[in-house]
Amino acid sequence: MTFSLVFEQLLNGLQYGVMLFLMAAGLTLVLGIMNMVNLAHGSLYMVGAYLAVAATQWTGSYVLGLVLGLAGTLVVGMLVEVIALRALYQRDHLDQVLATFGLILFFNELIAIVWGRAALFASPPDFLKGHIELFTGSRYPIYRVAIILVGFLIAVLLWYVVTQTRLGMLIRAGASNRAMVGALGINIRLLYTVVFGFGAALAGLAGILAGPIYNVQPGMGELILIQVFVVIVIGGIGSIRGAMVGALIVGIVDTLGRAFLKPLLGHVISPPAAESAGPALASMLIYLIMAVVLAIRPAGLFPARGG
Amino acid sequence: MKRSLLFWGLLVVALIALPPVVLALKQPFYLDLVRRIMILAIAAVSLNLILGYGGMVSFGHAAYLGIGAYAVGILGFYGITSGWVHILVAIGASALVALAIGAVSIRTSGIYFIMITLAFTQMLYYLGISVAEFGGDDGMRLKSKSQFGSLVDLRDPVQFYYLALVLMLLSVFLVSRIVNSRFGLVLRATKSNEARSRAIGFSPYPYQLAAFVIAGAMCGLAGALLANHTAYIAPAFMDWTRSGEIMFMVILGGMATAPGPALGAFALLIVEDLLAGWTQHWQVILGPLLVLCVLFFKRGLAGLLPGGGKDG
Repeated sequence: MTFSLVFEQLLNGLQYGVMLFLMAAGLTLVLGIMNMVNLAHGSLYMVGAYLAVAATQWTGSYVLGLVLGLAGTLVVGMLVEVIALRALYQRDHLDQVLATFGLILFFNELIAIVWGRAALFASPPDFLKGHIELFTGSRYPIYRVAIILVGFLIAVLLWYVVTQTRLGMLIRAGASNRAMVGALGINIRLLYTVVFGFGAALAGLAGILAGPIYNVQPGMGELILIQVFVVIVIGGIGSIRGAMVGALIVGIVDTLGRAFLKPLLGHVISPPAAESAGPALASMLIYLIMAVVLAIRPAGLFPARGG
Repeated sequence: MKRSLLFWGLLVVALIALPPVVLALKQPFYLDLVRRIMILAIAAVSLNLILGYGGMVSFGHAAYLGIGAYAVGILGFYGITSGWVHILVAIGASALVALAIGAVSIRTSGIYFIMITLAFTQMLYYLGISVAEFGGDDGMRLKSKSQFGSLVDLRDPVQFYYLALVLMLLSVFLVSRIVNSRFGLVLRATKSNEARSRAIGFSPYPYQLAAFVIAGAMCGLAGALLANHTAYIAPAFMDWTRSGEIMFMVILGGMATAPGPALGAFALLIVEDLLAGWTQHWQVILGPLLVLCVLFFKRGLAGLLPGGGKDG
């Protein structure tokens, strides 16, 4: 019983880690290549979730909703890049933080105007409903398994694009020396817009997948965004591999911490003390890890840029 | 320079004259609004010391607002009502936390510094949420306001108003004294060229850390005032959007000018209040306004004054 519980929570952690990875992959590329801090990445996550819910209701098909949601987020991402963010690449991080902070306020309120402040209901498609039996007596939702599979599929796809294709070569070159890439005749602006758009689509995908598990509501992006930054800082800025490792560490540690820290602490200190210290420590755990990683390796676990 | 001094002088006179005027007009709401603005202005002025003069982009300044507020709240919870103890503990605790956060954070720079200051503030935020004795997520009411004997009575809105005004002016004065001292010169040197300041024999770290602690302590004072102002303490004081808001006050008012951030606090919060009175969806307007300010209004409000308001 305890083993199956631990295993279940481990899978939950993996599932959460995979979603963090989808967010972190786009964000770390934007950070690594364009040297741009984009707080509004969480807004794209939210936009993806809302567009997919709306499109699913409109078309009556989950798959169509997913596709429209992804395409919509891609377009919104590219528009944001062209209208607002492009002017910020040359600015310092302070300006980027503040301007994208303004974008967050805008997007949260816009969503609240269109869909209201109450949480929307999103359900998994019929073919992903139900549970599978991992081993006797332990059932796990198929939908979460699907998220894990999709996440790893995207990771492999990203690895292929970044290391094996011409676009990936340009992305890596852009990360190490953007002026030189521009001098060699590559349209850097277009490259940036494309990278940003696909990063946005990945964030949108994370939002769409998150819909049936967490609440679809204004501000949903900020909760995950800060954890995604922790992922990136742990993994090393600009590194896809780092984003993957960081995401899994944060996802699993956070989930296991929330599930087991309180009962475990109860064995060490008095149960009433553990009652209040457990949740506090559990939510601080990933930030502690980040502080430790930064103290030991200030550039993250995989400092290689664009790798 | 003379004309910009005249501008600041007129502003102070207007603030001094405000309470009798609004009370005569029977609009005590504005007293409340301006008092809140002045308290947050102290936070912005303190952040400016490290952000504007020290070049440290701290994305977690709201942490000290929270610590100052919780210091008052927790002392009050245990029946200690002396305002002097409240203020001392608020400032001391904020300084200690700033020392701990700064000691780790200042070793990093750039994006990492932004993120680690944000992360530490999130930790404190979650600490506030999970400590059930002090209200957890919902926060707690302040049983009684800080008591300063017969000197000043915070229950009287006008007296509290003047206290906030005096402390805001003092904080501006303190920051301008600090940045024009030898210490401040070194701090500004580390911002403009760290390598060069090392070369002439100043290790930036202790100077940056000291500035970080001073800024945290000043913001802790603002937190103690804010707790008295709202008579309520909640983890939301430390919300990361609050940090962003304080940061924006500094930019809007003008970095690296001592009184600029206070001006920024007034501008931002008055615009917020006007927009909120006009539509409940005011953030949809405020957001793009922030973006436009960052893109096209780099020098800040103080930059509009004659003489550029530099180091005024």
